[in-house]
Amino acid sequence: MKTEPNHKEYNEYVEQITPKHNLCKTCIYAFLIGGGICTLGQCLMQWSMNMWQFSKEDAATFVTIILVFLSVLLTGLNWYPSIVKVGGAGALVPITGFANSVAAPCIEFQKEGQVFGIGVKVFTIAGPVILYGVFTSFVLGLIFMILQKVGLA
Amino acid sequence: MEKIEQKGIQSILFNEPPCILSGASVVGKKEGEGPLKDYFDEIIEDAMFGKDNWEEAESEFMKEACNLAITKSKVDLKQIRYLFGGDLLGQLIGTTFGISALKIPFFGLYGACSTIGEALSLGSITISSGAADYVLATTSSHFASAEKQFRYPLEYGNQRPLAATWTVTGSAAFVLSKDEGDILVKGITTGKIMDYGIKDSMNMGACMAPAAADLIYQNLKDFQIKPDYYDKIITGDLGKVGQEILFKLLKDNGVNIERNHMDCGIEIFDDTTQDTHAGGSGCGCSATTLAGLIMNRMSSRKWKRVLFIPTGALLSTVSFNEGQTVPGIAHGVILERR
Repeated sequence: MKTEPNHKEYNEYVEQITPKHNLCKTCIYAFLIGGGICTLGQCLMQWSMNMWQFSKEDAATFVTIILVFLSVLLTGLNWYPSIVKVGGAGALVPITGFANSVAAPCIEFQKEGQVFGIGVKVFTIAGPVILYGVFTSFVLGLIFMILQKVGLA
Repeated sequence: MEKIEQKGIQSILFNEPPCILSGASVVGKKEGEGPLKDYFDEIIEDAMFGKDNWEEAESEFMKEACNLAITKSKVDLKQIRYLFGGDLLGQLIGTTFGISALKIPFFGLYGACSTIGEALSLGSITISSGAADYVLATTSSHFASAEKQFRYPLEYGNQRPLAATWTVTGSAAFVLSKDEGDILVKGITTGKIMDYGIKDSMNMGACMAPAAADLIYQNLKDFQIKPDYYDKIITGDLGKVGQEILFKLLKDNGVNIERNHMDCGIEIFDDTTQDTHAGGSGCGCSATTLAGLIMNRMSSRKWKRVLFIPTGALLSTVSFNEGQTVPGIAHGVILERR
């Protein structure tokens, strides 16, 4: 063409005309859905502590197991994507989102076999979270140990 | 007079134009609920098409479309000398397993969502050069196999941006012939790779609009015509965002196509009821719209001349992760009713 924008101009123009989700609305939905999941967790915790006299630590483990189970179940029924569509990060950040990110590849790649399908691809989405989560804990632990040795902590 | 005449720098005029003898479209449930539902030959409710996985399902769509197009053309299978086809999947597995039973000599093409334009172009050159009397051109895409390859597993939850498009599940096939059929392939304009530095793979309209704009501009220049020479200028899958950009890029070059432009991606779904955002995409989008709506409009004499321009975003997950841009391509085919 005779007149062509340079890359910078074009990117700026595209940015300007591309429609975006309403930030305020998505934040409210994320708060409600994320808050709902956390409230459910808190209720389960209180309930298990009152019902079965669980210690706080045991109750937290119990809540984790139940939330992960529910998320995997909803993923299997293909309902979880609908929840995320509305709730966004509110549904992805809690442990339910993590469970969804592990269960989804299992379902999708099961056709490629137990080893090369599920085995290889189970952590394609969750892998980075696990790797850098563990690595960050290691670094923080190291810093804490050094501070302890020099008597600062 | 030469049978094939070079025009300008990117175009060809066929003085003995090949014809589209028959076209067939087979689409999925969502497409079958969209605004173009009455124009498709077959609507398959089962996204798996009775198969074991998404990839085999996509092949089955293609197999069905090819068989249907051949049946409609009434041409003996043995008379079809070449098959030009491709899809979005790695190593073209959608096509390979879709057409293997046909046993037609095969050229595999990768042009992302512009594949049908490429197949029709090469098929027309082949016929016009005298290398074949009949050629089959086909392509397919499947929402689930495309999501799996390019994005996330289907059950993984995420929020799609408003500029995102929805991959069409469906396949179309066309039998081209030397001189039978109402719709002629008068000429072609072959696109070059256009890259304006967009890295957002969820905004493919913006990646492809420069390719479409450049192709339209070059087509008009090569044939020394004005946009109103065509009843319709039809792009593949730019969507709403891409269409707006296309108008602007062309306007900056003194070309206005707002009056007679149509985009298959915008036509194939209804965003308000189907939640598809900017429109449809995928190889199947432009191909099934051509076999359905466009051929219908041309045969019923509503449109005489159409510039059909499937557009493709040449996206790879590898180059994307390595920080590369998403280049676009477009292939123009001039269709004219006899």
